Amino acid sequence: MKIIANLLMLGLMCLSSVANAADKLTVYSYRQAFLIDPILRDFTKETGIDVDVVFSKKGIAERMMREGRLSPADIVLTSDFYRLMELVDKKLVVPASSALLKTNIPVQYRSPDDNWYALTMRVRTIYSSKDRLGKLNINYEDLADPKYKGKICTRSGKHPYNISLIASMIAHHGEVETKAWLIGLKANLARKPQGNDRGQVKAVKEGLCDIAIGNSYYLGKMLQDPKQVPWAEAVEINFPNQDNLGSHINVSGMAMAKYSRNKENALKLMEYLSGNKAQQVYAEVNMEYPVNEDVKPSALVASWGEFKADNLPIYKLAEFHHAAVRMLDEVKFDL
Amino acid sequence: MILGLSRWWSLIGYLIASVITLPLVAILIQAALPAESVFGHLLNTVLPTYISNTLLLMFWVCLGAILIATPAAWLVAKCHFPGRGIFQWALLLPLAMPAYVVAYVYTDLLDYAGPIQKSLRSFFGWLTPQDYYFPEVRSLGGAAMMLALVLFPYIYLLARTAFMEQSSSLQHASRIMGCGPWLSFWRLSLPMARPALAVGVSLVAMETAADFATVSYFAVPTLTTAVYDTWLGYGSLSAAAKLSAIMLLVVFSMIGFERFARRKQQLFQKQTGEIKSVLYSLKGVKAFLATSYCTFLLVTAFLLPFIILLNYAWHYFDESWHAEFWEFSFNSLYISVIVSIIAALIGIVLMFICRVSPRKADLLPSRLSATGYALPGTVLAIGILVPLTYLDFAVNDLYEYMGQLGPGLIFTGSVFVLIFAFTIRFSAIAIGSVENSYKRISPSLDMVTITMGLSPAALLWRVHLPLLRKGIFAGMLLVFIECMKELPAALLLRPVGFENLATYVFQFVSDEQLEHGALAAIVIVLVGLVPLIFLNRSLEQHG
Repeated sequence: MKIIANLLMLGLMCLSSVANAADKLTVYSYRQAFLIDPILRDFTKETGIDVDVVFSKKGIAERMMREGRLSPADIVLTSDFYRLMELVDKKLVVPASSALLKTNIPVQYRSPDDNWYALTMRVRTIYSSKDRLGKLNINYEDLADPKYKGKICTRSGKHPYNISLIASMIAHHGEVETKAWLIGLKANLARKPQGNDRGQVKAVKEGLCDIAIGNSYYLGKMLQDPKQVPWAEAVEINFPNQDNLGSHINVSGMAMAKYSRNKENALKLMEYLSGNKAQQVYAEVNMEYPVNEDVKPSALVASWGEFKADNLPIYKLAEFHHAAVRMLDEVKFDL
Repeated sequence: MILGLSRWWSLIGYLIASVITLPLVAILIQAALPAESVFGHLLNTVLPTYISNTLLLMFWVCLGAILIATPAAWLVAKCHFPGRGIFQWALLLPLAMPAYVVAYVYTDLLDYAGPIQKSLRSFFGWLTPQDYYFPEVRSLGGAAMMLALVLFPYIYLLARTAFMEQSSSLQHASRIMGCGPWLSFWRLSLPMARPALAVGVSLVAMETAADFATVSYFAVPTLTTAVYDTWLGYGSLSAAAKLSAIMLLVVFSMIGFERFARRKQQLFQKQTGEIKSVLYSLKGVKAFLATSYCTFLLVTAFLLPFIILLNYAWHYFDESWHAEFWEFSFNSLYISVIVSIIAALIGIVLMFICRVSPRKADLLPSRLSATGYALPGTVLAIGILVPLTYLDFAVNDLYEYMGQLGPGLIFTGSVFVLIFAFTIRFSAIAIGSVENSYKRISPSLDMVTITMGLSPAALLWRVHLPLLRKGIFAGMLLVFIECMKELPAALLLRPVGFENLATYVFQFVSDEQLEHGALAAIVIVLVGLVPLIFLNRSLEQHG
C-alpha cells in the first residue's frame, strides 16, 4: 500500500507542476512543432523568457472559449487565415500593437484594428506531372474541365487550405457556379480525397494522377527530405490564374489572447516573430514567403519565379467559410 | 451474502459510480440542447454515410476477427503441433500494436507506390492504374482488415480460455461416439464456446466504434471522426453531443448483447471440472498447416509491421532520439501506471461491495461503472470537459470570493483531466477482471471469516486481496496497455505543453511521416509487450 501511496503522491506532484507554470508564456499553436520549436528556443535564449507550447491541428478556438478567463494562452499561432478570423469572431483576442510590429508587417498583412498579424504567405498551387503534362498555364476553374477526368488528386476538402480556396471561388463566382465547379472537380478526382499535400505529389510521381492541388512550401519541404526528393522532382509547380484573378494566397498568423496575463512579454514574442531572424527561419525551414519585406524568400522558393497574387481582401474569405463547408457536405466531396 | 456492511461502503460505491457516469449524463444533457441548424444539415447530407460506415466497419471487423481468431484459439487449446508453446502467447502480441501504426505500415506496403504493386507492375508490364485491378488499401475494407488484425486477440484470448476450460470428459465422450477433431469442433467445442466468442466480438465491436486514428488516416468517415469534426470543424458542441448520443446507442446495444451472452456462459462453464484436457496430436500435413496458419497470423499482424517499424527507426534514429522523446515516454508511462492503480482500486472496492453487501441496491454501482468503457475517446472527451470546466470555474470563483487569486484550470488544464478520462474509460476492464477472480473464491470462505469475528475490512484485506492478487494484476496490466495506446481522448484533452507517445506518433502518422515517429511507436509496442506476457502467464496459471 505504501508503494501505491507514493505513486499517487508522484502523480499529484506532476499535476501541480503543470498547473503552476504561471510565469511562462503559453503559446497555443496550430503550426507544427518542427517549425515553431527552433524559433521559440532562440527567443528564450535571447530574452530569458520561457515559452510553453501546446500544438493542436484543431480545436484551439473551442478550447479557449471553454477556458474563458482562466485560459493560460498568451499567443495563438495559426496556420491559416480562417483560424485568425475565427479567433477574432469569437472575441478571443485583444488588439496588440507596437511601432516595431507595424514596421515589420506591411499594412495589407495585418488587421486594421491590430487584432491579428500575418507572419507568412503561401500560394495554393497546382502541381502537374513533369513527364505527362509539363508546365501548365492553368486556372483553378480548369480543374472541373472533363479533360482532366480521373487525373486530379487532392487532400480532404474539409482541410482549411481547401476550404479557403473554395471560399475564394465563392467570393469570385458565387455559390451556384462554385457548386457546379466543385461537382466537376469531384468527378475529375483520381481517388477519394486523402492524405496531405505531400501525399498528392507522391501520387503524381507514382502515376496515380497527373495533377495535384498543394501549397507552395510543400515542394521545398520535400526537397529537404532525401526520400521525398524524387516525388518533388516529378512535378512542376504552377501558379494558377496568372492571366486573370491571380493565385489564391493564404497566410499564417498570430494574435494575442484576450486573457493573457503577461501581455508585455507576449508582445515581445510577437515582435520577435515578425523580426528578421524568426522570419528567416520561416522562410528557410518551411519555405514560405515571409511577410517582412526585409527578409527574402529562400533561394529555392525564389527560383520558382514571380507570380501574381489574388488581390481579394483576405477577410472576405472568412465570410464564405461556412458556405464552403456546407457545400463540401452537399456534394459529398470527401465520401 | 448477509453481512452488516456499513452504509459508508454503499456511499463510496455510489460516489464512484456517479463520478464515472458523469460524462454520460453530461452528453445526454448536451445532446438535448438545440443544435442550431448544424445537426439538421448533417442529417440531410453526410450523416447516413457516417452511420452506415460505422455499422459496416463494425460488421466486417467482427467477422474478420472471429474468422481469424477462432481457428487459432482452437488449435492452440486443443491440439499439439510444432510451435504451439510459442503461439499460445505470441498471438496476443498484436494487442500491443496501435491499429493506426499497422495501417500506416500496410498502406506504405500495399498502395500504388508500394513495393508490392511496383513489382507487380514491372513483372506484368502494366503502366497505369487503369491497366489492372488492385484493392484499395485506404478504404472501408482496408480499415476493417487492419482493425481485425490488431483486435482479433481479444476473441482469441477468450476463445482459447473457453476451449481449454471445456471438460475433457465431454471430449472423451465425443470421441467414443466417433467424432474426429473436426466434428467435435463443430458439434461440441464451438457451440460451447459461443458465449465467450460473443463477449470477444462485443469487445472488438466497441474498440472498432472507438477507433479514430485508423479511419481518419484511411479517410473513412465514421461517427467517431464525425464527432471530432462536428465539434471542432463546425464548432458545435451540441451537434457533436447529438452524434455522440447516436454513437452510444450503437455501443450500448453491443453491451446488451454481451451481457446476454455472458448470462449463458455461466451455465456452461460451471461444469469445468478437470482442467487438463486431452490434446489432439497433429501430424504431417495437418501439423504443417496448423503451424503455417499461426505463423502467417503472427507475421502479418505483428512481426512484419514491427520489423518495418524497426527499419524506419534505424534509418531515422538521429531525428527521433532527443530529450523530448524521453519526456513523452515518461508522460505515457506514469499516466498509465497511475490510471491502472486507480482502476484496480475502483474494481476492488466495487466488487467487494457487490459481493458482501446485504443490500440489492449495492449491485448497481459496479454495473453503472462498467459503462465508462462504452464511451469512445472523442465522446468521452466531450462528456468530461463540460462538467470539469464548471468545476474549474467554481473553484476559481470560490477563491475570488475569498479575495484570493484563483489557481487557474487545475482540472481541465492539467494531466488530471487525462487521468480522469482514462480512469473512466478503462475502469470497466479492472472491474471485470476482479469480478472474474471473485467468482473463483468460494463464498464459504467469507462466512468462515465472519464467524471468526473479523470485520468486513479485514475480510477484504486479509482474505480476499491475497486471493484476488493475480486477477487484480491482470486487470491492471490490461488497463496499462490501453492507456498507453489511447489516442482520441488524449488528442482532445491533453493540457498545455503535454504530449505523450500516442499523440506524438499520431502527429507523424497524420502527416504521413511515421518514419520520424517510428522509435516512439516501438516504445508503445515494447512497453505493451511486457504486460501481455505477464498477463498470459497469469491466465495460464488460472487454467
